[in-house]
Amino acid sequence: MSESTTRLVNWAVFGLAFTSGFIIMSIELLGGRILAPYFGSSIYVWGSIITVFMVALSVGYLAGGHLSMMNPRLGRYGYFFLAAAVTAVPTIIFGDNLMDWVFLQVEDPRYGSLLAATLLFFVPTAILGMIAPYSVRLLVQESHHSGKVAGGLYFVSTLGSALGTLLTSFYFVLLFEINEILITMAVVLIVCFLIATLIDRLLAQ
Amino acid sequence: MTKAAYLLSLALIFSPALLADKVIHREKSLYRNILVTQRADRRCLAFSVKRQRRNQTCMNVRQPTKIVFPYVRMTFAGLLVNPKPRKVMMIGLGGGTITTVLTELYPDLEIDVVEVDEAVVRVAEEYFGFRATEKTNVIVQDGRVFTRRAALRGETYDYIILDAYTGDYIPEHLMTHEFLSDIRDLLTPDGIVVANTFALSDLYDHESVTYASVFGDFLNLKVPGTGNRIIVAGKGTLPERSVLAAEANRLGPRLEPYSVDLLNLLSYLDRNIDWDTTSRPLTDQFSPANLLRGR
Repeated sequence: MSESTTRLVNWAVFGLAFTSGFIIMSIELLGGRILAPYFGSSIYVWGSIITVFMVALSVGYLAGGHLSMMNPRLGRYGYFFLAAAVTAVPTIIFGDNLMDWVFLQVEDPRYGSLLAATLLFFVPTAILGMIAPYSVRLLVQESHHSGKVAGGLYFVSTLGSALGTLLTSFYFVLLFEINEILITMAVVLIVCFLIATLIDRLLAQ
Repeated sequence: MTKAAYLLSLALIFSPALLADKVIHREKSLYRNILVTQRADRRCLAFSVKRQRRNQTCMNVRQPTKIVFPYVRMTFAGLLVNPKPRKVMMIGLGGGTITTVLTELYPDLEIDVVEVDEAVVRVAEEYFGFRATEKTNVIVQDGRVFTRRAALRGETYDYIILDAYTGDYIPEHLMTHEFLSDIRDLLTPDGIVVANTFALSDLYDHESVTYASVFGDFLNLKVPGTGNRIIVAGKGTLPERSVLAAEANRLGPRLEPYSVDLLNLLSYLDRNIDWDTTSRPLTDQFSPANLLRGR
């Protein structure tokens, strides 16, 4: 790869990783809002949400690392974003029916919120978690750079998470409905998919 | 400076400290800081201590039945609309004053008190003379969760009191169209809901629109000098002013021992639409109540 194409790929990966970090935390914060009408907003509801996000991310990291071993390229990377968008949609459409069902099955709001958070958020969050290790693989050229690259990647994606947390809790909830924010996130993820695909095609030519 | 002036200024500096409340109990619960203070005979319960201390409820320890706090008195305006409650649900216990007075007024009354914070129940019992009686159930649970379960059990109430908002924090899922619709569904045909909430800030408009979207007309009680307002809303049509006045005259003497002046409260009760009706109603999808309260 020439230096300019490397630079293009790096910029794209950093930008996409930033966006995924942003969206993970935005959805996590909205999770509290989504569960509150069924399970309240007590500390255990947040406990459920954070647990589910942490477990999903850890599974995602593991899976993403494995997938990065198999012919890694930007085009495939894009599919993580598409899959996250697609799996987030049922949360938006069927969330209430699902929580109604959980509420009837589980009396204790601690386990109710844990089950509901798992059903609603585990899959999309795990898929978003795959993005980080895969990003490292796309960025690393030589093994002695790998620590620096991983550090830079964590820096960017965690900064994205911070901004996603701040903007969602300070401003988005004041301006938009929860579903409007979630739909926008899904659209942004699809745009990320298109960007990754487009750059991949350009480089292939 | 002369010695006298020096002493005087010293006295001025320290006099507030001499008058200050004595803290008799302090604890951090899962949800808040709880503080019980006393100055002379006046004992108060406060949540959150840092900035301003906002008292939740106060009690005169020598005359515990006299209601000290204006907003607590105001909640009894609900009795003008439904003077014969039989089954009450109350969300938010506070010091337990309202529950205590209601059980004294109506010994046969069944009350379900829903309080999210177990520590508040304990403090109400230890410091504010709250006693759960045979007919008073205290349930430590989130109000929204309890409401849903109560609906599944097919329970109904003819008097629901919402007293879950503090000056520092509003549980936002307890101030939405969906929540109030669930509350409305729990009411008997002549049942009412009495909500203790805020008279100021942008939230006033949004909350009013939300209540109107669920209940239609409602009664609004704002007493000058308090930042509180009481909403009284019902399933059926609300009684005319003459009916309310007759009830105030009839019930008035029974409430006098508690320092509740129903005729005075009646004079501030109205159903005027004094809010911006174009404000966005609060829903489970859009409920930034705490942010709106700051504006």
